[in-house]
Amino acid sequence: MVTNRINHKWGMVVDLDKCTGCQACVVACQSENNLPINTKDSFIQRRAYEWIRIERYWEGEYPNVKARFIPIMCQHCENAPCEPVCPVFATYHNDEGTNVQIYNRCIGTRYCANNCPYQVRFFNWWEPKWPKTLRNHLNTDVTVRSRGIMEKCSFCVQRIRRGELTVERQEGGKLDHKTMGERNVLPACVQACPTSALTFADQGDETGPVRKYFDDVNEHEHHGDRTTRGYRLLEEMATKPNVIYLKKVDQFPLTNGGNHGG
Amino acid sequence: MQEGTVLPAQQVNRDLLRSILDPPGWFWPVVALLGLIVLVAFGAAGYMINRGLGVTGMNRPVMWAFFLTNFVFWIGISHAGVMLSAILRLSKAEWRRPATRAAEVLTVFSLMTAVLMPLIHTGRPWRTIYWIYTAPFVPYDFARGIWPNVRSPLVWDPSAIFTYLTSSVLFVMVALLPDMAVLRDRTTGIPHRIYGMLAMGWEGNSRQWKFQIIAGILLSALILPVFVSVHSIVSWDFSMTVSVKSWHSTIFAPYFVIGAVHSGVSAVAFVLILLRQVYGWQNYIRHEHIDGLARLLMFVATAWFYFFFMEVIFGFYGREADEIALRSFQFTESPWNIWMMIFVGSTYFLPMAIWLVRPARRNLWIMSIACISVNIGMWLERFLIIIPGLARKQMFTFDWGTFRPSPVEIIIIFATFALVTMLMLLFSRVLPLIPLYDIKEGDILKTEIQIGRRTVPATFRED
Repeated sequence: MVTNRINHKWGMVVDLDKCTGCQACVVACQSENNLPINTKDSFIQRRAYEWIRIERYWEGEYPNVKARFIPIMCQHCENAPCEPVCPVFATYHNDEGTNVQIYNRCIGTRYCANNCPYQVRFFNWWEPKWPKTLRNHLNTDVTVRSRGIMEKCSFCVQRIRRGELTVERQEGGKLDHKTMGERNVLPACVQACPTSALTFADQGDETGPVRKYFDDVNEHEHHGDRTTRGYRLLEEMATKPNVIYLKKVDQFPLTNGGNHGG
Repeated sequence: MQEGTVLPAQQVNRDLLRSILDPPGWFWPVVALLGLIVLVAFGAAGYMINRGLGVTGMNRPVMWAFFLTNFVFWIGISHAGVMLSAILRLSKAEWRRPATRAAEVLTVFSLMTAVLMPLIHTGRPWRTIYWIYTAPFVPYDFARGIWPNVRSPLVWDPSAIFTYLTSSVLFVMVALLPDMAVLRDRTTGIPHRIYGMLAMGWEGNSRQWKFQIIAGILLSALILPVFVSVHSIVSWDFSMTVSVKSWHSTIFAPYFVIGAVHSGVSAVAFVLILLRQVYGWQNYIRHEHIDGLARLLMFVATAWFYFFFMEVIFGFYGREADEIALRSFQFTESPWNIWMMIFVGSTYFLPMAIWLVRPARRNLWIMSIACISVNIGMWLERFLIIIPGLARKQMFTFDWGTFRPSPVEIIIIFATFALVTMLMLLFSRVLPLIPLYDIKEGDILKTEIQIGRRTVPATFRED
């Protein structure tokens, strides 16, 4: 435990104009967070674990088509619909602005998953299994979840904790936004993204890379007023996610047949 | 014209206690068969708990399915008890008399079956017992700073259901007191002692009768709010879910309550017909009683249909893309559209067509078909609310899904019906399913009065 905690408010910005749908984030997340291997069966049964997933949407009619990609992970909503419905407080909001899941308190009612509009909560329908060769690759910083438990993206909380510990214990530094920013604490998906479509930082950091997007979206209710390309997923549900998506109105819209791009 | 004859008290006792003192030969084989089905289901549940919930058909968008459908269904059936005994008692409907006990007992057993469902549903029952089911009874694990989340409908649920279960058991026990005493006086040995203990020193003096009647009326009045709240709270499990478009509706509480009465009263009518046939209680469960239930059901069914219709109208009225997508899944995509048609037809149109015709109301076979049809329909109603809502949750079409039940789920669902039947049969073996004293009281109060040239049945009361 760090002694001198500062109040973080973590946030992520996803630039959809940069996303190529390469799924590197999905793989990174899979290995960082001890997710079981998704077999063909688990996809057929619709029980695949993807704490971050790339949703692919086709736009337009052949041959005039475009593929659109949206990486969707837990949005860490300020007004998270999943939180009030859990009868045992297995999911709650911590003071760092993230939505956390307590695995050993979860009883598996799956109410939170029903109430999540982004469908980013995953239930362990089976006892998770890994091939023998992968047993030694499990991340020791992350709990291995047993069956009957709900799990989801944690913004790689283990990396945040390790960053804090490194600053305070190893470097003997003072824990503040500056030192934490220099540590460059990144979730696995952000680290792995080859096009830097994902940005992760502290919203409290005035000079941080995500602050201006959150300020813009928080201050301007309507998309038309915004100075950045920012928007939130399902904004009309007033869940106030801590993840912001950036999307420019399409410069090269489909000329005929397709829907309006953007 | 009075239907049925007023029999001497000894005859009433002999007839109604026949199931206990002189049980029919088919009794144990049937109970054994039902018990076998229940055991198989316990095996299936054990297999599921051992292997994980993966053996069910549930998947990512459809996280709640058959078990919760069945839970809501049995909670619904349990609403018959209060409807028939409390409401009809307070409104002094005389024809309720033979139906009350069966309805109350069905309430208790269907509630007990219903509370099994969430246990199975979570996959690790011991945790659910520890965190949820003990919440209304024993102190929570406060010492370790652990609190239940009172904002969650899943905490309201056990509170409401266990309140209902407690009050229903009390209600049955109070009504049983005089009959326990009758049994105490007609048995010997250990049964005599047990009945004696349960009769709590009932002698049948006027003071005891007064208390028993006051307790019955008080409990009827006190149970009414619980009656409304239980299924409202069960419906809030769904309507508090902001993310599922078709669930998040303010109409759900009254819609569910009236639907519960609909299925519950139908179930009681069917149970009464069965009892009449198997125990030969033709003189006690008469056509007029079934007829009365059918006429009550006509009102209930129409009220239910109004709510159903409004729910659909509200869905379309908003014209939101996700709601329309969901309704189109419900109403146009196979096989859901076929289930939808079966559901509406069997819940409303088929039984209404039967109930509107007096000879059909008085034909027990046709009435049985109507009652079973209502219950099939009401089961499908919950199914068609739960699954399509989850399968088409939001406009993220990438995450749309569907549901296909696994054999484990189907076995467990069927076994709950066997379980309730078995419990009802076992109850009829130890205690009378038709209240002796209530029948006798009705016989005493029964009279005929002249209105003009016609003689009509009437009930004479002093109050």
